[in-house]
Amino acid sequence: MNQLALAIPWLGKRNPAAARWVVILLAVGAPLIAVLFGKSWVRILDFAMLYVMLAIGLNLVVGFAGLLDLGYIAFYAVGAYTFAFLASPHFELHLPFWLVLPLGAVFAALAGIILGLPTLRLRGDYLAIVTLGFGEIVRIFMNNLNHPINITNGPQGINMIDPLVLFGWDISKPLKVGDEITINSLFLYYYVFLACVVLSVILVQRLQVSRVGRAWAAIRDDELAAKAIGINTRNMKLLAFSLGATFGGVAGGLFAAFQGFVSPESFSLMESIAVLTMIVFGGMGNLAGVIVGALALTALPEVLRHVAVPLQQAVFGHVLLDPEVLRMLLLSLAMIFMMLLRPSGLIPAYSRYSRPELVVGKEAGR
Amino acid sequence: MITLLEARGISKRFGGLTALSDVSLTIRKGEVYGLIGPNGAGKTTFFNVLTGAYTPEEGELVFNGSELPLGQPHKVVEAGIARTFQNIRLFRDMTALENVMAGHHIRSRANPFSILLQTKHAKEEERLITERAYELLKYVGIERFADTISRNLSYGDQRRLEIARALATEPQLLALDEPAAGMNATETGKLRELVQTIRHDGVTVLLIEHDVKLVMGLCDRLAVLDFGRKIAEDVPAEVQQSEAVIAAYLGGHSTAGAKP
Repeated sequence: MNQLALAIPWLGKRNPAAARWVVILLAVGAPLIAVLFGKSWVRILDFAMLYVMLAIGLNLVVGFAGLLDLGYIAFYAVGAYTFAFLASPHFELHLPFWLVLPLGAVFAALAGIILGLPTLRLRGDYLAIVTLGFGEIVRIFMNNLNHPINITNGPQGINMIDPLVLFGWDISKPLKVGDEITINSLFLYYYVFLACVVLSVILVQRLQVSRVGRAWAAIRDDELAAKAIGINTRNMKLLAFSLGATFGGVAGGLFAAFQGFVSPESFSLMESIAVLTMIVFGGMGNLAGVIVGALALTALPEVLRHVAVPLQQAVFGHVLLDPEVLRMLLLSLAMIFMMLLRPSGLIPAYSRYSRPELVVGKEAGR
Repeated sequence: MITLLEARGISKRFGGLTALSDVSLTIRKGEVYGLIGPNGAGKTTFFNVLTGAYTPEEGELVFNGSELPLGQPHKVVEAGIARTFQNIRLFRDMTALENVMAGHHIRSRANPFSILLQTKHAKEEERLITERAYELLKYVGIERFADTISRNLSYGDQRRLEIARALATEPQLLALDEPAAGMNATETGKLRELVQTIRHDGVTVLLIEHDVKLVMGLCDRLAVLDFGRKIAEDVPAEVQQSEAVIAAYLGGHSTAGAKP
């Protein structure tokens, strides 16, 4: 929150209080602005919030603990499928979301430990390869577990998933305020997701400035030295994997409820890479950075879709480049320029593993 | 005097190479104990066995009357042995203060749940860690760099920071691997003072060092390793006279005992 405010150009450092209000107003007012451009933009915002959650979770593993994970989307899949299994006509189960969502998180955390255990000794490239394989294995399981017993319904996926029902209030139905105004469910979902994002940020921030966060940073910076000061690197790595996966699991559950439909193709390798790109683009290891990265890279393809096609038609008379092609092109270009100009991301991480207000004799250090 | 650490018949082989063969030595509580020897004598290997980085083929380590777990670094630290590295290994992206705070890991108890809920206990512990870390920076004399990212510190200050981080684990035995390497005369002088202060405050020190002047002046007792064997263990004055030691340092190994 404060980090995000500080990251606003010009205003952030000059007037932090005003910048903070800007962040709050933007977060609260975003769907109201988006709806001016059409309802589909509110939907995009909803997805952006889910991506922010994923980015926050992956940042915990990659940015804080330094464990390169290329199969992160698998935990998203575990969360989504848990929700689909337990709250849809597929198994004739309709458990309430406050039970299903935590269960999804727990299963995702378990999946994180299952991935973590055999990879404890691996680092960097080797870890990346194994996690990549793990992500694909999960997706292939989802794709093929419809035979001999139908568990996942294969490539057709599972549909008619129950929407979120908060205290008997179905938020997938428009809310009527008085007689005149109705609030579309897209808005309601946005605020639910926003609340989840805010909660995630608070929790992750607390972890970062604690002995756990410092232990992760220690393992990331120098594993041998981390061992030499008594950090149990095995437990700390497993903790990073499972906690990171938890956020993926919750985001997956929300995704299933929001979409009402899950299928294996939502959990491809490209999605893992997209989330990783978001945190690298925004600033690995920095919460404000990964949030901005996730928002920017979710918005980019949509902006392209809405701008590139009409623009090309106006200039050339017909569409030369498909927006999807442009998206990959621009994304790659963005990454290349990022690596050349700002290798540590839009908002680079700086050390933040202690609480500044607790640092004694701070003036002496300045 | 009470024995703090006893190494009994430690042997460590790497393939065909015997890095340590049957090394036994005794470190007493409250002393500064030096470990010297020519390059490749096995000093650092002994260090790595002691701190759990390597598992020895034979032998055992008794620390404070109980057997030390072999090959498990975090348990060694918990038992009360801290180390520094020959080539400094700090957490480069953390500030000096945070490096020392990370050193408190093993002596703090907050678990993920109490951290997520920010319980009173977790908050209080965090405050204590911060305070103690700052005290330790003061102790080694670099508190003015508390907020500096550790990779930006000068070489000498990085060494001091590494010692502060090791002290944060509240060790009874502090093992320093060539702390004066690459230091100039002034810095070495300051380091000597620091080691003496640490010893004075009740921490036993094990010192690997090449700087003979520093070792002779600082250590209460010395062991000399050569080709993985202990060839002498005594007070500095006696070690200096030992013919085997002179032979090891000045050559003439094949005719051990011959006057150089």
